[in-house]
Order: sequence, then C-alpha cells, then structure tokens
Amino acid sequence: MVVPTVVQRHLVRPLRSVGLFKQVITRNYHEIRDAAEARRGKIAWCTSLGPAELLRALGFKVYFPENHGAILGSFRASEEFIPVATAHGFSPEICSYLTSDIGAFLRKETPLRALYGFRDVPRPDVLVYNTNQCREVAEWFSFFGREFKVPVLGINTPHHVPEITVAHVSSVVDQINALIPQLEKIAGTRLDMNELKRIVKLSHDACVEWKGVLGTAAHRPSPFNFFDGLIHMGPVVIMRGMQDAVDYYKALRKELDERVKDGIGTVEDEKFRIYWDGMPMWGRIRAHSNLFARFKACVVASTYCSTWALDQLDHNDPIRSMAETYTSLFINRTEGIKEQYLINMAKDFSIDGIIFHDSKTCPYNSNTRFGMPMRLEKWFHVPNLVVQGDVCNMRLVSDTQFETGIEAFIERLMLKGVEGGAL
Amino acid sequence: MSKRYAGIDVGSWNTKAVIVDEDLEILGKNVLRTGADPQGAAKRSYEEALKAAKTKKNQIVGVVATGFGRAKVPFADTTRTEITCHGLGANQYYPASITVVDIGGQDTKLIRVDDTGKNLHFVLNRKCAAGTGAFLEEMALRLDVKLNDLNDLATRATKHFRLGSFCTVFTGSEILKMVQEGEKVEDIARGLYASVVLRVSEMGHLEGQVVLTGGVIAYNPILKQVFEEELKVICLVPPEAEFIGALGAARVALGLDGGSADKKRKENRKKIGAFTSRPGKDTCNPWAGRRSP
Repeated sequence: MVVPTVVQRHLVRPLRSVGLFKQVITRNYHEIRDAAEARRGKIAWCTSLGPAELLRALGFKVYFPENHGAILGSFRASEEFIPVATAHGFSPEICSYLTSDIGAFLRKETPLRALYGFRDVPRPDVLVYNTNQCREVAEWFSFFGREFKVPVLGINTPHHVPEITVAHVSSVVDQINALIPQLEKIAGTRLDMNELKRIVKLSHDACVEWKGVLGTAAHRPSPFNFFDGLIHMGPVVIMRGMQDAVDYYKALRKELDERVKDGIGTVEDEKFRIYWDGMPMWGRIRAHSNLFARFKACVVASTYCSTWALDQLDHNDPIRSMAETYTSLFINRTEGIKEQYLINMAKDFSIDGIIFHDSKTCPYNSNTRFGMPMRLEKWFHVPNLVVQGDVCNMRLVSDTQFETGIEAFIERLMLKGVEGGAL
Repeated sequence: MSKRYAGIDVGSWNTKAVIVDEDLEILGKNVLRTGADPQGAAKRSYEEALKAAKTKKNQIVGVVATGFGRAKVPFADTTRTEITCHGLGANQYYPASITVVDIGGQDTKLIRVDDTGKNLHFVLNRKCAAGTGAFLEEMALRLDVKLNDLNDLATRATKHFRLGSFCTVFTGSEILKMVQEGEKVEDIARGLYASVVLRVSEMGHLEGQVVLTGGVIAYNPILKQVFEEELKVICLVPPEAEFIGALGAARVALGLDGGSADKKRKENRKKIGAFTSRPGKDTCNPWAGRRSP
C-alpha cells in the first residue's frame, strides 16, 4: 500500500524582524526622497557594488537603480515595462533590471510613489557605476546620464579575475582616486578621509553582520533561507556605510540565534538542504518559497545573497580595501575559483543539491553556460539541476516546467538516500 | 485474486492509464485526449483501463498519478513526476544503466537511470516547443499534411536534410523556403524528425543504451531510425512506449520506486530480445556520412 499524499500547508515561518526591516528601509528611502524633492542634498546613483562608501563620505544620498529593478520584478511589473524599453531600442536579451527600470522611467512610473511617497525616481546629480558585476550597468547609467544631463562616472574593474594581484587592485585604486576630484566638484566639498574611514568601517560592519546572518543557516534546521535573504539583504545592498544597516543586522542576528538555540527552522520539518546559484526570479519569490517548503526543502544558502557577505573592507586602508573587495567578488572570478567556492559552500552548509538558475538576461550571474553544473556533478558528486528562467522578466519563466523540475529533483534526492518531503 | 495497481499519466496531449498485477504485467490500458479537463480525462481513462483489465475499483490497491496534470487526479494515493516515472517504466523493460529520451507533447526530457531505475540525472528542454510533439504538429500544419501522415511521408524520403531546430517559428520559415525551392515533402518531413533529434542531442550526453519513450515515438516510429542515422546510436523502443510513464507510476504504486530495495525484483522484469546492457558512450559522430566539399 502506498503512503497517501497528505495535503497540508508547510509554512515558512515569518521573521518578526520584518517590522524593523520595513522601518529602516523606509527611513533610508525617505531621506533620499527628501534630499531629491526638497533639494536638501545631492543625489548619486550607484551600482549595487559600486563605491557607495566614497559617495556617502562626500555627503551624497545614494540611490541604487538595481534595487528599483528588483522592486519592479517582485511587483511583477517588469513585463509591462520591458516592452517599452525594447521599443526604445534596448534588446529584450539584455539585463531585465535595466529594461524594467528604463521602461518604467520612459512610462513615468515607479513603485517608489506607492511605497515611499516619491513623486518620481530621485533626480541624480551624478551616476557612478562599477562594472565588477557586468558591463550593462555602464550603458544603463549612460542612458540616465543623457536623460538627466548629468555626469556618468565609472570604475572599469578587471574582468574574469583569477587570483587577485597587486596590479588588479592598483588599477582600481587609481580609478577610485581619479573619481575623487570629479565627485568633490559635484558635491561641492572636499573628501574628509576620516569620514571615509568611518563610512568604510560601518560598511564593513554591515557586511560582516550580514555574513553572520547568512552563516546561521549552516545550522540544521536552518533558521533562515534564501527567500528570507532576498528580503533582508536590502540594507546591506542599499545602506552599506549607514549605522542603521549595522544595527538592523545585529537585531536580525539576535532573532536567528534564538531560533538556532530553540531548534526552530524557517521551513517546517526541514529534510532537504538546497543551494541556489544565480539570480532569484523576483516575480516568483513567494511561489518558489512555498514550493520548496512543500517538499520540506530549505534553500539554505545562495551565491547571490552571499555576494554582500564581504569581510575585507578595512577602514585603516579604505580605498585599497574597497578596490580589493569590489574586485574579488564571486561574479568577477574565473570558473575554477567559482567551482571551489561552490564546493566549499556545499560543505559548509551541508548541501544535498544545487539549483543553478540560468537567467536568460543575466549571463554574468548564470554559472551554467560553461559546463560548471556537469563538472560539479562529475568531479564532486554534487547533484544539481539547471532551471531556466529570468531575474525580472517572468515571460521567460515556465512555471509548470520549473515546478516539475524541482519536484523531480527532490524525488531524485529522496532516492539518493536523503529522506523526507511531502511526496 | 491477485492485487492490482494503477498508474495514470496525465500528459499535455494525452492521458494514459494502465492497470497492472503484482508482476507489473499490463492487464488493461487506455489513452484519450487530455483536452481542457485533465481531471475528467484522468477519471475516464482510469475507468476505461479498468474495463479493459476486467478489474473492479475495489481490487485496486494503489493508484499513482504522473504527468503535467498529476495534481488533478483526486483519487490517486500519491504523485510522482513524469521524469521519475519514465525512468522507472523504461527500466522495467531495460534493467541496466540507460538514458531515457521521453519526447512528449510539450516537453522533452533526458533521464539517466541506473539498473534499478533510480534517477541519476535529468535534463528538461528549455522553454521552447522545438524538439517536442508540439513542434511536429505545427510543422504538419505548415506542410498541410495530417500529423498522422508525417511518419509515412518521412519513410519515403530520399534526402537527409537537417532543418534548424532552434525555433519552431523559424523552422516554419525554413520549410516555406524549401517548398519554394521544389524540395519534396517527404524529404522535408524527414528533416523535421532530424530536427527533433538534433534538439535532443543538444540537451546532454546520451550515455548507456538509449531508450525512447513517450507518445511522440509511439506515433512516429520513424524517429528511432532517424535517431540512429543521425546520432549513430542504437536506440531501443519499449513496447507500449506511450504508456511507459503510466507504467512507471504503477511501479511506484507497488512501492518499487528504484534504489537498492528494487534490485531483488530485477529478475521479474521484462526482457526484450534485442537489448544488450553494454556500457554505452556518447557515440554521436558529427562527421559520419559527410563528404568534403
């Protein structure tokens, strides 16, 4: 006799820190809004791993268009705006953060109105990118530079770096130093090195606290998962260098430590421990969270959330450590280094299997295109599954196929000897 | 009376049901179009299969559903994905390390299983109709032939075309061009099957013996020949290829869902004369049959 399928709802336990999260994010966006709309301060747009510390030290309020893209994706608004950008000459094959964001701008729409009371996206005084994650950001910021008629400055980080050398770091240090006088002119103030050190220290502390938060997921059951991380990573992405971010992660860590102490997992009755590589599918966060929970699978760790788990920032040597930190990101490294990183993560988090998301419009963050999943399985016996999808454009996602793939993967893990699941 | 089990495969095109005994002998089966009512199709197909097996519902000990509509079978005891079930069903006939190529109406899967039917690895097609049954249906429409006639046409081909298989719509344009150039519909029809094969070969290595399952191979037996000609591999097609997913589901109903516990049941599995369990390699040779310009 077969075991009947028990229809029950496996909950993903909400974190009570969500309330505080909303407060700190809202406070940050209100500061940007007030600075932009009351002209109470200068606004800099920055890429998510750009030189935010330098901008804050010069007094800029820092706005991150990638976060705007993620919000558009999670609101499932991208499908409305991407065609607008496409009609404007941007290929549907390029970054869907970019096309969502530019499409929304062309349509004069933003979710920041409803969420934080903005009239519009904050008008920049300068745009500063770092190509350490992809080259698209340079084109993205150039579009807005033309639209707003403001300077676009950038750091062009060496790409696809094996071991980090002095030459790599020096190149980026020189570029950061070259930015300083240009930014000082726009800010109307001189860079105070002590202020930069203070900001870098805060940035370092936020990143280290974030790393600690992610590290709690090494416990079994895990108190925190990838989908929690996609929400709670907000401060470390857009508020690095701010005290609020450090304080927030200390509070979150406290809650997670309590869960660990009490043996409470974020997924009820956790049986399978999964690693997610690549971008999330922002328009399917809740659906995917519930899908994994249904099979008692917890996505305990991810490359994406770990991108900001940085510990190399050093306030005693702020510019060099910024250069080194923002050059040594996973996404900017060679395949061999990425492989070793994934193997280490699989061990550290006791992973049963890896999901590789091949994001149609984000090749840089899709580690599926040069044979890595096959190599990992063959050499290191790490079961994995490649799923097709996209970061923002849900027209590129087949829900049925995704769900079947995940379910079959769990069935495979179950037969491999990992027990559990709602199957 | 011996215990009986049911497997129901609610596919995107067809719903299949099998009733089996404890030795997994198929006692009755049914296939019908799924249409827009997968739940109703599952119920009707199950009832028809029961009739064919001369079995009453109260004789059924377990029912397992699979296929894209597996969640729409309220009378099933449990579900398994079609990936697991095609692996198990194929293993029932070929108990060795095999690669199962299941070409269905809306998707194609490569499933590598061990000698117990345990899923070792699998790959799904991309979000694209190319290489699936839907592709052949669309192309038959373009050629203005009945889908059922495509197979016979291809058997009469004298030229071996390889049509592009990256996109169903673009392949349609390619066909129009070939028609304008006076190519025979028979040759184009074979080219379509070659296109499906090419698409499958891109999905991953065909390791071990290759076993073709699913409705597309059942209704288009020429595919086996085209696979072998194009990829230089020997392919096996189990009897009742269309019912392999349902058979795999019935196997789950018996509690034989792969792994070491299943090894002792191996001797009971069906043996097909042509089958050899030689350790296979990916034997695709792109240079075979080509002449230098």
